[in-house]
Amino acid sequence: MSEFSLYLLQQLINGLTIGSTYALIAIGYTMVYGIIGMINFAHGEIYMIGSYVTFIVIAGLLGMGMVSLPIILIIALVVAMFIASTYGWTVERVAYRPLRGSNRLIPLISAIGMSIFLQNFVVLSQGSRDVALPPQVTGGWSFGDPSLYEVSLSYMQVMIFVITIISMTLLTLFISRSRMGRACRACSEDIGMTNLLGVDTNKIIALTFIVGAALAAIAGLLLGLYYGVVNPFVGFIAGLKAFTAAVLGGIGSIPGAMLGGLILGVTEAMTSAFFPSEYKDVVSFGLLVLILLFRPSGLLGKPEVEKV
Amino acid sequence: MSQLLLDVNGLTMRFGGLVAVNGVNLKVKNRQIVSVIGPNGAGKTTVFNCLSGFYIPTEGSVMLKSEQIAGLKDYQISRKGLVRTFQHVRLFQKMTVIENMLVAQHRHLNTNLFSGLLKTPNYRRLEKDAMEHAAHWLKEVGLLEYANREAGNLAYGQQRRLEIARCMVTQPELLMLDEPAAGLNPNETKELDELIIKLRDEHEISILLIEHDMSLVMGISDHIYVIAQGTPLANGTAEQIKGNPDVIKAYLGEE
Repeated sequence: MSEFSLYLLQQLINGLTIGSTYALIAIGYTMVYGIIGMINFAHGEIYMIGSYVTFIVIAGLLGMGMVSLPIILIIALVVAMFIASTYGWTVERVAYRPLRGSNRLIPLISAIGMSIFLQNFVVLSQGSRDVALPPQVTGGWSFGDPSLYEVSLSYMQVMIFVITIISMTLLTLFISRSRMGRACRACSEDIGMTNLLGVDTNKIIALTFIVGAALAAIAGLLLGLYYGVVNPFVGFIAGLKAFTAAVLGGIGSIPGAMLGGLILGVTEAMTSAFFPSEYKDVVSFGLLVLILLFRPSGLLGKPEVEKV
Repeated sequence: MSQLLLDVNGLTMRFGGLVAVNGVNLKVKNRQIVSVIGPNGAGKTTVFNCLSGFYIPTEGSVMLKSEQIAGLKDYQISRKGLVRTFQHVRLFQKMTVIENMLVAQHRHLNTNLFSGLLKTPNYRRLEKDAMEHAAHWLKEVGLLEYANREAGNLAYGQQRRLEIARCMVTQPELLMLDEPAAGLNPNETKELDELIIKLRDEHEISILLIEHDMSLVMGISDHIYVIAQGTPLANGTAEQIKGNPDVIKAYLGEE
């Protein structure tokens, strides 16, 4: 392979790495939108909290003298998912449920408020500076021609791919096969009718928030370990990117969120391959504008049909 | 000997200054087909909305099995055994026929999340029961062979029948159908006619019907209420209604 194509391959790997974490976060936006038609702007903060919990748990376990990395990571993952889900559930219960049925704009404002609240809560309790964790998952493979360009694929990147694929598969099975997943799909088509048929739709909405938050926590763990630093403000930009991914793929559609995340990640990586990396946000949000202009319902979204 | 299932007295619904329904009385006994007819805009659907909890009636009482249900939420009323359909089809279009039937039984599958993830024996048994119950009703309405089709791809008449089957798996005592024959061809209307009679005779439920198709209404109703401009005009058997000069005047106007 030529030097150029090896370079592109490297960017593709980097793009897919970031893209799969965008996709994990985007699912939370898309599921909530699909069911109650609301953008949960506090979702990025849930991801940030997932990162913080991961760091605290890992540092704590290392401090206690635990050495087995897989066990540490599994404990961190479980704790982060549990705590993030608790936050997700609480946000829904406190800030959104009492406002359900009011004008669409009101829960949106509440969501922005919740986002600011959580961000400042973390600033107050954890400090506003970067928190760093030494790399835990180290090493990797490299291939290609050492005299031209060496492509590296780190174990961390492989871990991101594997965990993302497992999570997506489990989610897809849950939505398509389980009784709760069936009720989720029914709610996203016609929540009023689902309610009339005796399904406790409040429970289904709460479940949506819990599942979305758990996936965001997985992304929090993965990206936190990948970058090695976290601060209380990472949730904002990551949330914005994931939201873009959800809109790109067609908001309300779960496969759309997965696809949108990957496309966004790869676009960013390819942009920073050829232009100064400051341009990557310009290009990714430019892409969003183009999609919205020419295909407003997103890549996999269904065109909006006016409900009578 | 048949008991009173639904007893509506003095039902009134005002929207600001507009009186949409004014002092309507309705009685439905066990195993009865009762129809509500009237010209367009007479307030029939408003009556349905009051009974099923979409509106809270301004005045009047709605007793289901001697229990006051006026003011309850729609899902609370449906859990008490009063289930309705709408003028337009409201199926889960992107889900399969059988899934539509299973969602309606969600509440009866009272298992927790983890047993669903782990597929415990109890969960499997409940799912199997729900599946059998769904299959039974699909057979009753003649849709069993379409069980794995997407509901949105069914013909219109089949969608109407699926809606009725979906109501029936929730085990209602009173089924309210809002213009079930609208948009059906004569053949499909005849099938619907037979289905409604079967529901009463074999499954022993009562049906409250809004319908414009007079041959359907006159053919199957045990009792008919006529409403015009929100006010009760007449009630009685099909024969009595057919000969009532007030009803003819309301439908055809005065000479």
